[in-house]
Amino acid sequence: MVVSGGESESQAGPGWGFQSGAKITIERLGKVFDSRNGRVEALRDVSLVIPNGQFCCVVGPSGCGKTTLLRILAGLDEHTSGRLELAHHDQAKPLNSMVFQEQSIFPWMTVDDNVAYGLKMRGVAGKQCREVVDYYVEKVGLTAFRRAYPHQLSGGMKQRVSVARAFANDPEILLMDEPFAALDEQNKALLQEELLKIWEESKKTVVFITHSIDEAVILGDRVLVMTAHPGTMKADMEVKFPRPRHVYELKASPAFGELVYNVWSQLRDEVLRAKQEEQVQGGAP
Amino acid sequence: MSQGSITIEQAATIPRVHVRSGVGENGRARVSRDTAEKVIALLAPVLLLALWELLVRVRLLDARFFPAPLSIPGTFYNLAFVVPWQGALPNHVLTSLSRAAVGFAIGAIPAICIGIVMGLIPLVRAALQPIIGALFPIPKVAILPLLMLIFGLGEQSKWAIIAIGVFFQVLIATAAGVANIERIYLDVGRNYGASRLATYRTIALPGALPMIFAGIRLGWGVALLLLVTAEMVSAKSGLGYLIWQSWQTFSVEEMYVGLVTVAGIGIVSFWLLDALESWLLPWKARS
Repeated sequence: MVVSGGESESQAGPGWGFQSGAKITIERLGKVFDSRNGRVEALRDVSLVIPNGQFCCVVGPSGCGKTTLLRILAGLDEHTSGRLELAHHDQAKPLNSMVFQEQSIFPWMTVDDNVAYGLKMRGVAGKQCREVVDYYVEKVGLTAFRRAYPHQLSGGMKQRVSVARAFANDPEILLMDEPFAALDEQNKALLQEELLKIWEESKKTVVFITHSIDEAVILGDRVLVMTAHPGTMKADMEVKFPRPRHVYELKASPAFGELVYNVWSQLRDEVLRAKQEEQVQGGAP
Repeated sequence: MSQGSITIEQAATIPRVHVRSGVGENGRARVSRDTAEKVIALLAPVLLLALWELLVRVRLLDARFFPAPLSIPGTFYNLAFVVPWQGALPNHVLTSLSRAAVGFAIGAIPAICIGIVMGLIPLVRAALQPIIGALFPIPKVAILPLLMLIFGLGEQSKWAIIAIGVFFQVLIATAAGVANIERIYLDVGRNYGASRLATYRTIALPGALPMIFAGIRLGWGVALLLLVTAEMVSAKSGLGYLIWQSWQTFSVEEMYVGLVTVAGIGIVSFWLLDALESWLLPWKARS
């Protein structure tokens, strides 16, 4: 196991063994927005290159702008400075699809209709749409619930629908914003395994935001650590565990614990700093 | 010491055992209480009517204002089947229902469309909100004379007043329903490439439908109210006319037939709305 990168805050190190170049290039990206309490700088000078096909996890203290970064990548928010480049290789596919943190599947649609949403929005209909939907509904183990509405599903099942919806849309980049944060430990492990299995079939470029170091190390080819507010890149670590990976086997290995510890030692100062800032803000009138 | 007796020390440590047995799978106690409630709910109005009948018979109630309940079915039969069609109850009911339905449709359909646009586009909302805020509180009955001036004494003025009353109720509910849709659903729509029209169809409309239904319910109540009022003022048919006519000819039994019919229409139509709602909104969790 190799931990590379260390303090490097900018470019991806050379020798990422992935196909055909950069998928996402971010240069000195900044985001400032006006809130009631004045200007807030969410992101500062974020620079990053994510190669095609990489599973890239981003960890950081809460409130560090991880979600903002992801929303900018998704085109849901706009950055205020710097440059962002997304390579769209196959124009027939959508560029990105997002799996949101909170409950985001439509309560008024059945499981099937939710999974088919992206396809229908880009005009894929009929048999082709149905086949893709069948495939992913089965992949996430919801075949028995395909005509159920979300209020009949558990939290874990809802997130499965959300993941299936994103994969069914077949985007070039998957953006995942703490998709399993609200789940209990066992469900989380199950969904992580399922995600790994589905991802390993397609090898899409993934940007996965999480506050769980374990999760980042289990899933990612690479773990990026962000600083506390305003968010910027602090450390960049390669995760070289072989694939296919299995959650609990991986967790049992000493190398896993070592890497988790390394990530934590990068993150600890930032978490403490975030906490201090919170207290200062909380203390102010 | 014999086997049955226990010492004081032993008695102090013997726990008291609380035994609670289950109520059984059907929860029998609960079922019988439910049945009792249903029986009482049915019995209470019957008893009240019986009391009324009794009070009239012993002349404690004035039959001129409160005719004995048992005298109503005869009048009802007479009005429904004996008198010529022009003045018959079915004719009044059909006329009233068609007025309410047409007025309701004219009011509700544009209200839903405008409400969705208002809910989604802040600029449109900013433009329309103050106008609606100023017009909504005007009691709709107050503009009935104006409407009769504009549309004449025919059907149009009735459609107009009902439509206006319904319009505001449904518009306000729809706009609020759309504006309160969780932002995340609109983000999903954007992220998955939904066009503006698709956003209306797949997110705004279904997301606001529960609120729209609340508005439709209120709107239908307003429609019935304005219907009867308008028919009392200027009509030669309809339930409002029937009630008003009975006052002028002092035929109290006929008036009661009109009242009971209006009440019946109200009850049945709200049942139908309930049924329509659970058919259109299968995704709503119901308790």
